[in-house]
Amino acid sequence: MRSNLINHKIFTLLKVQYSNMLEYRVEIALWAISGIIPFFMLNIWTNNNLNESINISEVMLSRYFLSAFFVRQFSVVWVAFSFEEDSLMGKVSPYLIQPLNPFFRYFAQHIAEQITRFPFAIIIAFFFFIFNPESLWIPNFDILFLSILSTFLSFLIQFLIQSIIACLCFWTEKASSIERLLFIPTLFLSGLLAPVISFPNYVKSWIYLTPFPYLIDFPANLLSGNETNISGGFGMQILWLLLLFPFFKKIWSEGTKKYTAMGS
Amino acid sequence: MNLRKYIKVYAKFLHTSLASELEYKTNILIDLVTAILSLIGSIFLLSIFFQNSNTIGGWNFEQALIIQGIYTLLNGVTNTWFNPNLTEIVKYIREGTLDFVLLKPIDSQFFISLKRISPSGFLEIMLGIGILLYCFKINQIYLNLSFLVLCFITIICSISILYSLWFFISTTTIWFVKTWNATEVLRSFLYVGRFPLNSFSFSLRLFFSIFIPIAFITTIPSEVFLGLTQLWKILLEVIVTSVFVFTSRKFWLFALKFYTSASS
Repeated sequence: MRSNLINHKIFTLLKVQYSNMLEYRVEIALWAISGIIPFFMLNIWTNNNLNESINISEVMLSRYFLSAFFVRQFSVVWVAFSFEEDSLMGKVSPYLIQPLNPFFRYFAQHIAEQITRFPFAIIIAFFFFIFNPESLWIPNFDILFLSILSTFLSFLIQFLIQSIIACLCFWTEKASSIERLLFIPTLFLSGLLAPVISFPNYVKSWIYLTPFPYLIDFPANLLSGNETNISGGFGMQILWLLLLFPFFKKIWSEGTKKYTAMGS
Repeated sequence: MNLRKYIKVYAKFLHTSLASELEYKTNILIDLVTAILSLIGSIFLLSIFFQNSNTIGGWNFEQALIIQGIYTLLNGVTNTWFNPNLTEIVKYIREGTLDFVLLKPIDSQFFISLKRISPSGFLEIMLGIGILLYCFKINQIYLNLSFLVLCFITIICSISILYSLWFFISTTTIWFVKTWNATEVLRSFLYVGRFPLNSFSFSLRLFFSIFIPIAFITTIPSEVFLGLTQLWKILLEVIVTSVFVFTSRKFWLFALKFYTSASS
């Protein structure tokens, strides 16, 4: 009975958010297009033969960047921005009364958006293969499953980090600027613009201890068939999730105690 | 047109928007750190490209740094004026508040484009200028008055082109209403402006000269700064700028004919 109820909740949330997202499909298509920066980077790498110095063939590098594009598409998180807006508009108050953590609502929103985004990402990949037919590859089922899993874990890590930042709204009102600050290292260190393997040694020595390479570089290497430490990658992803989750729970319970509705 | 009136109105705009922005002082501080980190990040990326290669697209590292300087400067201008103002157009049109703008005895484009200002972009402008000065030193560029005038003209031109692009895209909101992300697409394309255009393949170079004139936004100004450009390129830049500014103005006036206010 109880599990049925939970299923029902999840299903309803997803259904509502999916129809909501379909309403914004043009928006989402545009958003998908704005994620094509990895392809421009690929063009710089191959056009200047920079890939030779890091021992990755042109084909493998183009697969890497296509995978990076996909991983990024399905791990984009914006909960800090949504939460900030809702909290400034006072919309959080009714959510707090409901017997459901508001973050489930945002979570369902993200999942629904990813489902809506899927066809657009496929179309972009299709165009990519028209221009680069030699890089076409079909990963086998195990690899595909593992990379979807690691992309989902990457999404979870980013969702948790951003939810923690979103909770700072209870104290500072404008938490999105902290999120924009944190986005900078994510952008440059996650492997979206250059594979982590190409980084200079003084960065490579510590970067694997941070969560950044596991956000895009690890899933993208996995999907594209480049060399990567599979068990180590998953281990670190899970470790970071285990570290972040209690922190989120703590800040959430502290924050809701601190919360006063706008205008009170 | 009454210039004195416009200057007076602009002083009022500055006063009100600075007053409201300075409410969030920590926010500005965080934005400053973000700007610095973002610059460090892009220099880091550039250094990866130059790790095993002396030139990229015929530019060496010191010269490519000039492009970074110009990009940072332009990004600062975007964050100070274009982003806070032109993303508001969507709101004006969705909520029908454009009515109030149109009723005012002042030019609507002036009002929409300059109403708000975001002080955190200033630091980026400073950073950009700082890098440019540093680049003058390491590239041993001899400064004289006519050179500085040329530099100033090209920078003004590229700011105007950038503005026209932003304004053009924002204007399309009158027909499509929900296009928050259209400017994001523009931003991601402009990201390419951080790198020498010659480092891209021929087809992309063509795309970035014609559809999104990055050649005119960062490449030609950088060449002017290096003293490498021919006079006809500067003339072309001025012509392209006037075409862009003129067209975007006409487009706005044309689009206003189709504005029907909200719920009518």
